[in-house]
Amino acid sequence: MTIPQEKPVAARPKTRRRKRRRVWKDKHFRWVPDGQGDWKVEAYLFRHRHKPKAGHSRGPGKKPARQAQAAAATPAPASAPPFDQRPPDAYQGSFGTTQAVRLLHRAGFGPVPGQAEQLVSLGLVGAVQSLTRPGGTAHLSGPAPRDDDGNPLAPGDAWGHDHLWWLDRMVRTDQPLVERMALVFHDWFATSNANVSKTQQMIDQSNLFRARCFGSFLDLFKAVTVDPAMLQWLNGNENRKGSPNENYAREMMELFSLGADRGAYSEEDIREAARALTGWRNDWSSELGAYNFRFDPKRHDTGNKTVFGNTGAWGWEDACRLCVEHPLHPSFFVEKLWSYFIPAPPSAAVRDQLTATYAGSGRQILPVLEAILTSPEFYEGPPMVKPPVVHLASMLRALGRPIDTEAWIYICDMAGQQLFWPPNVSGWDDDRWLDTSTMRARWLMVTYALEEIAPDTWNDTYSTTETPDEALAKAIASWGSPALRDEHRAELLDLAKRSEKLIVANWQKGPYRAMRQNALLQLIGVSPDLILQ
Amino acid sequence: MSPSHRHHACCDGYTRSQLLRSAAAEAGKGLPAIEPGMPEPAGTGLSRRRFLSRSAGLALAVYGASKIPLSAFETGIAQAAPTDKILVSVFFDGGIDSLNVLAPAGDTRYQQLRPNLKLAPGSGPAFSEDPSLQWHPAASALATLHGEGKVSAFPAIGYDHPDQSHFTSRHYYEIGELQVGYRTGWLGRYLDAVGDSENPLQGLSLDGSLSPMIATAEKPVAAIDSVDGYDLWSHVDSPVQTEMFNSFAKLGSLPADSPAMGQVRRATSQTDKLRQDLDGVGDFSSPVEYPDNRFAHKLAGLAAYIAFGLPMRVVTVRAPGGYDTHADQAGDLDENLRETCEGILAFQRDLEARGLADRVMVEMWSEFGRRPEENGSLGTDHGAAGCAFVIGSQAKGQMVGEFPGLTKLDEDDNLRVTSDFRGMYCSLLEQWLGFDAEAIIPGAAGFVRPTLVKP
Repeated sequence: MTIPQEKPVAARPKTRRRKRRRVWKDKHFRWVPDGQGDWKVEAYLFRHRHKPKAGHSRGPGKKPARQAQAAAATPAPASAPPFDQRPPDAYQGSFGTTQAVRLLHRAGFGPVPGQAEQLVSLGLVGAVQSLTRPGGTAHLSGPAPRDDDGNPLAPGDAWGHDHLWWLDRMVRTDQPLVERMALVFHDWFATSNANVSKTQQMIDQSNLFRARCFGSFLDLFKAVTVDPAMLQWLNGNENRKGSPNENYAREMMELFSLGADRGAYSEEDIREAARALTGWRNDWSSELGAYNFRFDPKRHDTGNKTVFGNTGAWGWEDACRLCVEHPLHPSFFVEKLWSYFIPAPPSAAVRDQLTATYAGSGRQILPVLEAILTSPEFYEGPPMVKPPVVHLASMLRALGRPIDTEAWIYICDMAGQQLFWPPNVSGWDDDRWLDTSTMRARWLMVTYALEEIAPDTWNDTYSTTETPDEALAKAIASWGSPALRDEHRAELLDLAKRSEKLIVANWQKGPYRAMRQNALLQLIGVSPDLILQ
Repeated sequence: MSPSHRHHACCDGYTRSQLLRSAAAEAGKGLPAIEPGMPEPAGTGLSRRRFLSRSAGLALAVYGASKIPLSAFETGIAQAAPTDKILVSVFFDGGIDSLNVLAPAGDTRYQQLRPNLKLAPGSGPAFSEDPSLQWHPAASALATLHGEGKVSAFPAIGYDHPDQSHFTSRHYYEIGELQVGYRTGWLGRYLDAVGDSENPLQGLSLDGSLSPMIATAEKPVAAIDSVDGYDLWSHVDSPVQTEMFNSFAKLGSLPADSPAMGQVRRATSQTDKLRQDLDGVGDFSSPVEYPDNRFAHKLAGLAAYIAFGLPMRVVTVRAPGGYDTHADQAGDLDENLRETCEGILAFQRDLEARGLADRVMVEMWSEFGRRPEENGSLGTDHGAAGCAFVIGSQAKGQMVGEFPGLTKLDEDDNLRVTSDFRGMYCSLLEQWLGFDAEAIIPGAAGFVRPTLVKP
């Protein structure tokens, strides 16, 4: 055997080129007149994948009348691309990069370079559908996430790795809206590690959100109700015949389906629903924590219960159904879903229309979501503050940086949003993301995000001739060319000029320009242009 | 840069509860029940207010004393005289394995009980006071100080009928009594007795949330997130940095045309204002070199604060890492113990260099030790007697209570206790802080006071 004279060098892993998947277009998507002077979406007839089973819901409203079907065949106005037939109450303005960027931010985590332009080519409806109907399983492209030591994450075991695991999905997924909706429902059904024995149960819950985020709200609601993390969080596992625990019954009405102070339910309804929800339990071991979650008929109260005036020997599924069938549920649902995407509440007319869409669809999430994402208010209304993880994920996407540090755990915590740790069962407060403490955290978030690309001030290789205009253009390009407001661009250019005036000695030419580049990168990161969506 | 928040080898329930405790210590949040009968931490009900002390140069979370206007604290801190003696408490969170810190390496029973986790004889520094024991190699820095007569070791400290719940046992240590339901810590009661009603620095936690040990009934106490104050770190140095902040302030002052824009503008301008207000805060230098980690950095800041004359009496800080080593103990313990001991050695050298070493005593403790017999996961489960150390130039440097050996264990197969933690507390109060322990520790008369301070 020959002894190698030098330490063998491991072959460098090939850098894999990031694959851009073609965005899937749904050929079957069509808006058709409903015969009563309004429009409806034919694609919800569930025929784009499978034939509906006999008796399956047909989607919104009645089957279109023959006449209406004929009307749908009328060609769309020549100005719109063939697949961008917008319903009359949808946004009618131009769908350009600005609109696509807003869509990618609010219905995802911002664009990777080039993605907005790609979306523009699909037209409004095509763009929205590419997000709402991704099809298949999500593909994660780019380097896998790593901890500070370069090791793979241990999301179920290591502190904070659950946060990194999800952040990574936000950064790398090709189905951003699935992740965004999972975040919406993580906030809607806010459950925290604080009272759940295993982090894996939290991760499992988020997977439930991913799997059901576009479907029937009742199905989602039922799945969440008996989800192990939720059963622990709101004591559903301690709710038994003879000694009901009302925790879940109250929140399922107040926070999840009906809303407080709307006259939707009484304290008696909560008590009765708690009885209907009895029977779930689990085992406990120091090794496994809470496990073996199951329904135990012996613990279930089989007597009659009266919930919202309906009397029966209700069980947990009935409790969910009664909430979702409550006449005040659809308006609660559409307003709450709307609030995640558009800062000002909908007008009464818009709300009523969405409510009708929701009720008419058999309480499906998708049609309401698509109506929100195509609404004029979405594109024409004021901006929103990005939640901290969205701000971070959008920066990492723009910079092309994978998850490679555990610093994101405590920086996001400082910024007010550690995933799987919402502050309480009502979730995060979207109106209070920014104060001096969380703003400082966002500043540090930007500093850390720039770690890999910030030029080294003192290594003597930075350009000694770069002009202020070139400096600003370079910094903007490094951030993936986001649109900056004119007054911000003007101030940054002014900064670039002022910085150059500080150069009085020859040796300062390169280093001060490197610092200037870092200053521009930093301020773009913390500017409203990157904090708002 | 990033702290290690990992608890690979911990039982999840413990990690979770530990976080809950820190949340509870932030006051007003309440503490969800984790285990039946688990005591609420002392100090849970204290109100918390943020306060920026320009005179002390610190951003403080002030606990308790809610009726006092914050401006009074400024005066209080400015007027309070730097106290003579300071006690620094360092907590090994989770129950450190004392049988690996001071190991009976040559004992055959030890080698049987610890087939995988035993220390090899001679692998660490000898322990001069008991030849059957040796230090863990990662505790070499502590062994150095011990060799200089600056460490009093308790090889088997605890109390009768030991409780193996983290929360209950830790609560006992925090309040200085074997009871649940106390609202004040043992050092909190001391501060209530001797403290100033307007000086929150007298009891300071360097952990961002208050240690229940210094929870008071009346007097204000404080916690700080960072010894470095409020800075906006970036990859930009002076002089361009100044221009960058000018532009940052400008971005905050531009008009807003939407509520969200208004929020960003406001937060930007307020953040910049605070940055200027707290400019230079936490800007300290050390006469000695510290290891490069957050724990050591906190101690470096603390030494600088003491030198600056901040009026502190009692300071708490958590040792880095977690010590609830149910699985894969060896690596975690080595790393965390090393960081702790090396940090403490640097701190002691710093105090010596500044001529302050006679004013500071460090007490290191944990809620219990670990089971002598290792478990099947290369870890150890909860035990009874543990170890504690009192460290300083003025420490007597003499072992307290003998090592009880492993031949005879207690009824749960745990290490027997040879010293009571309340005796250590009584001695620290009376010999170091100069205060009658009868007023602080219930049943103080019944405890043997070891001599901990040089005469």
